[in-house]
Amino acid sequence: MRPETEAELARIIRTASGPLTPIGGGTRLWPGEGQGARIDLSGLSGVVLYEPAALTLVVRAGTPLCEVQALLAAEGQMLAFEPDARDGSTIGGVAAANASGPRRVQAGACRDAMLGLRFVDGQGEVVRNGGRVMKNVTGYDLVKLLAGSRGRLGVLTEIAFRTAPLPPARATLALPGLTPAQAVPALTAALCGPHDISGAGWLPGQGALIRLEGLEGSVAIRRAALAERLAEFGAVEPGDDALWSRMVPRAGAGDLWRILCRPSQAPGLLAALPEPLALDWGGALIWVALPPGTVPALPRWSGHATRVTGPGPLTLPATDATVARLNASLRDRFDPHAILASDETCRRISPPSS
Amino acid sequence: MQMPAPDQAVIGRRDAIVARLIAALSAAGDAAARVIDDPAETRAYECDALSAYRCPPLAVVLPSTTAGVAAVLRLCHEERVPVVPRGAGTSLAGGSMPTADAVVIGLARMNAVLETDLADRFIRVQAGRTNLSVSSAVETAGFFYAPDPSSQLACAIGGNIAMNSGGAHCLKYGVTTNNLLGVTLVMMDGSVVELGGPMGEAPGLDLLGVVCGSEGQLGIVTEATLRILPRPAGARPVLIGFDSSETAGACVAAIIRAGIIPVAIEFMDRPCIRATEAFAGAGYPDCEALLIVEVEGTAPEIDEQLRLIRAIAETFAPVAFRESRSEEESRRIWLGRKSAFGAMGQINDYMCLDGTIPVSALPQVLAGIARLSGEFGLDVANVFHAGDGNMHPLILYDANTPGDLERCEAMGAEILKLCVTVGGCLTGEHGVGVEKRELMGVQFDAADMEAQMRVKDVFDPLWLLNAAKVFPLAVSAPRREGLRHAA
Repeated sequence: MRPETEAELARIIRTASGPLTPIGGGTRLWPGEGQGARIDLSGLSGVVLYEPAALTLVVRAGTPLCEVQALLAAEGQMLAFEPDARDGSTIGGVAAANASGPRRVQAGACRDAMLGLRFVDGQGEVVRNGGRVMKNVTGYDLVKLLAGSRGRLGVLTEIAFRTAPLPPARATLALPGLTPAQAVPALTAALCGPHDISGAGWLPGQGALIRLEGLEGSVAIRRAALAERLAEFGAVEPGDDALWSRMVPRAGAGDLWRILCRPSQAPGLLAALPEPLALDWGGALIWVALPPGTVPALPRWSGHATRVTGPGPLTLPATDATVARLNASLRDRFDPHAILASDETCRRISPPSS
Repeated sequence: MQMPAPDQAVIGRRDAIVARLIAALSAAGDAAARVIDDPAETRAYECDALSAYRCPPLAVVLPSTTAGVAAVLRLCHEERVPVVPRGAGTSLAGGSMPTADAVVIGLARMNAVLETDLADRFIRVQAGRTNLSVSSAVETAGFFYAPDPSSQLACAIGGNIAMNSGGAHCLKYGVTTNNLLGVTLVMMDGSVVELGGPMGEAPGLDLLGVVCGSEGQLGIVTEATLRILPRPAGARPVLIGFDSSETAGACVAAIIRAGIIPVAIEFMDRPCIRATEAFAGAGYPDCEALLIVEVEGTAPEIDEQLRLIRAIAETFAPVAFRESRSEEESRRIWLGRKSAFGAMGQINDYMCLDGTIPVSALPQVLAGIARLSGEFGLDVANVFHAGDGNMHPLILYDANTPGDLERCEAMGAEILKLCVTVGGCLTGEHGVGVEKRELMGVQFDAADMEAQMRVKDVFDPLWLLNAAKVFPLAVSAPRREGLRHAA
C-alpha cells in the first residue's frame, strides 16, 4: 500500500482489518517492529512551506531526510538536532523515532525542534496539533507525545520543524589518550563551563571529542579557553569534524544496545560492559555491542537500556507498572482496534527479526 | 465568565469532606500540611492573576509532601470532589481559578531543593519553589535555570510546568518543556508516578512531554528535575530605534535570516515606550518602535555579534542605536522593558494577550491590530518577544466604565483570531485556562480536541482535575457530566 494523499492513508486505516505498519524508509526499526502489512509513506512527500527568516519548515512525512537537509543547506540552515544519515531515511521516520544526534546537548532533541504535526490515528481520523510557531501552549502538546512514538499512536503525515542557521565556523578538540571511563569527567568539565559545547562524545581509537560551533572569532576564543580547561585530563589536539557523523553506530556483529544514564553513572556502567562503540551527550548515551542474545548485568542506575538490534525487543529495567498502564491506555485510546501494530502483538504473529 | 454549576451535594458535605481531608493528611504523615476552610481565608484563593473572575473554593489544602498530595487526591477521587491545583496563583489565564465545589491544592509549602547535581547539570526541587529561586540555588556555582517568565520572582515551577512557561530568553534556550528532565506526578486517583529520566527520556511514549503544558489537568506535579546550564561569560543588550513598527519587524527577520540567534529580541511600540518613559525614565529614544537585542559570550564574542547586528540594523535606517558599555547601561536598557507591564497598569486597566505569529506576519498583524483598535475604540500598546513571534498586545480599558471589559474581551478575541489566521496560535506562554477556552475552536476542529481529551480520559477518567479549563465548556460537558455521574 502506497497512499498518495493523507485522505487515502486515512481510508486505508479506516478500512483495515489487520495490523498495519507505517514505514518511512524502514531504516530505524527496532526488534519486533515492522511485522504488520506495510504502508509505504514515500508517496506523502514534499515541502509544504519553508520560511528561512522565520526558521520554519513544514514538510510531509515521507520526504527523504537527505532532501530536507539539502533544501535547508541551500539556505544556510539545518536541522539543529542532527539526525544521523541513513540511506532511504524519511523525515517522518526521524520524527517517529525522535532521532537526535550529538548536538542534542546544545540544541535539544528532535522532539524539541518539532513545532506541530498532522497525523492519522488508528481509527482513520486526521488530527492536527501544535502549529508552526516556536512558542505555543494552546491545548495539550501531542507533538511531544507523537515524537518518538514509533507509529504506535498514529501515522505522521506532516511535520513543522524549527530550523537553525548553519554555524559559520566549527572546531573539534580531541583527547586521544582517554579511555571511555576517563573521557566522561573531561566531557563533564567541558559541559560545565561557559563554552557553549555542541558535541561531547567518545569514539574507539579517537578518544574524547568535543565540538564548538558559531561565529569564527567566537569559536577561536572558546577553543583556546577550552583547551586550557581540559589540559589536566591529557593532551588536547585538533580533532576531525567528520567524526561526528559516526556517533550513532550501526549494528555490526552482535546486538546493538543503547544505554541512557546520568553521565556520572557512566563509568560504573562501562565497567560492567565491553568497550563501547561510542559515547555521546557527555556520557549520557552509551552505544555498545553485546554477543547475540546476551542481557547485560548492570549496576542499579537512573536511566534505561534498550536493545535496538537483536532477537526481540527488550528494555532494562522493567517499566514501572503505572507507566506501562498509561502507555497501554493511550494506545487503546488512539488505536482501539490495534490496527497500528504494536511490537508485542506482532511478536505473537510472526517471529521477530532485526 | 461561565463556569459549570457547582455540585450542591459536594457543597452540602463540606464539613465531612474537610474532616476527612484532615484525617487523610494525618494518616499520610504530612504533619506540616494545612487545611483551610474558613471563608475569610479561602477568599485568598478565589482567583489568580486573572483577577476579573473570582469564586471562593470549598476548601484549600496546602500539603508539604508528595504523600500528602496523594492522600488528598485519593480522598477527593473517592468523594468525587473536583480539584484545582495551584502553584503560586500567578496564572494570567485563570488556570487556578476554582469553583465553589472544588478543593484547591496549593503547593506553597513545597519549596525545598531536594538534590543539586552540578556534574550532571540538574537540580531536583519541590514544585512549589519559585522559578527565580531555582536559579538562585545554583547561581554561586555558576549555573542558571533558563526559562524566565516575567513573573519569575513569584511564580512556582509547578505552575511553569502546567503552562509550559516561556520567558524573554527562550529564543536561544527554549521554554519549560525543553528544560524539564523529569517529574513526580500524582494522578487524580492518588497514584504516584515518576516520568522522564536522563536527557528527559524514558522508554515508551513521551509522557513527560504531554504532561508539560497540560494545565494541571492530568495530575499534580510535586517534584521536578530541571536542566541547569552554565552561566555565559557575559551578556550585553543593544537598543535600536525605528521610525515604524514595520521596519522594526523587518529588522528582526533580517537578523535571524543572517544566521544570528540572539538570546532575546524584544519589541516595544510608541504607546508602550511613552508609558514606560513616564513610569521608569529609562531614557528611551523618542521613536515609533524599538528593539532590545541581547547577545551573550565573552567581551570579544559579544563585540563580534553586535558588529554584525549593527551592520544589519543600519540597512533599516535606525533612528537610534545604543550599545551598552557597562552593567549600568545594560540595566537601563532593560529597565523600560521590564517595567512595561507595571507602567501600563499605572495609566490604565489593561488586558494582556499572548498570541504567537510567524515573525514574517508581523507587519500584517500590527496593521490588523491598529485597525481593530480604531474599530473598537480602545488603545493598544505592543510589547513582545519578537524573535519568536510571541506577541503581547495590551488592550487598554477602564474597568469602571460599564461595558468596557466586555468590549476589550471582544477585541482581544478578534486579535487572537487574526493570530490564528496568519498561521499562529491563541497562546504562546500563558496557557488557555478559562480565559481562551471558548476560542479553542478557532484553532482546532472537533477531531483535534477529541484527541487531546482522550489523553485526559487516560490520566483522569472522571474529569475531576481542573476540568472546566482548556476545552470549550460545551465540548467537555459530556465528559465532565456524563463520566462523573455514571461512575
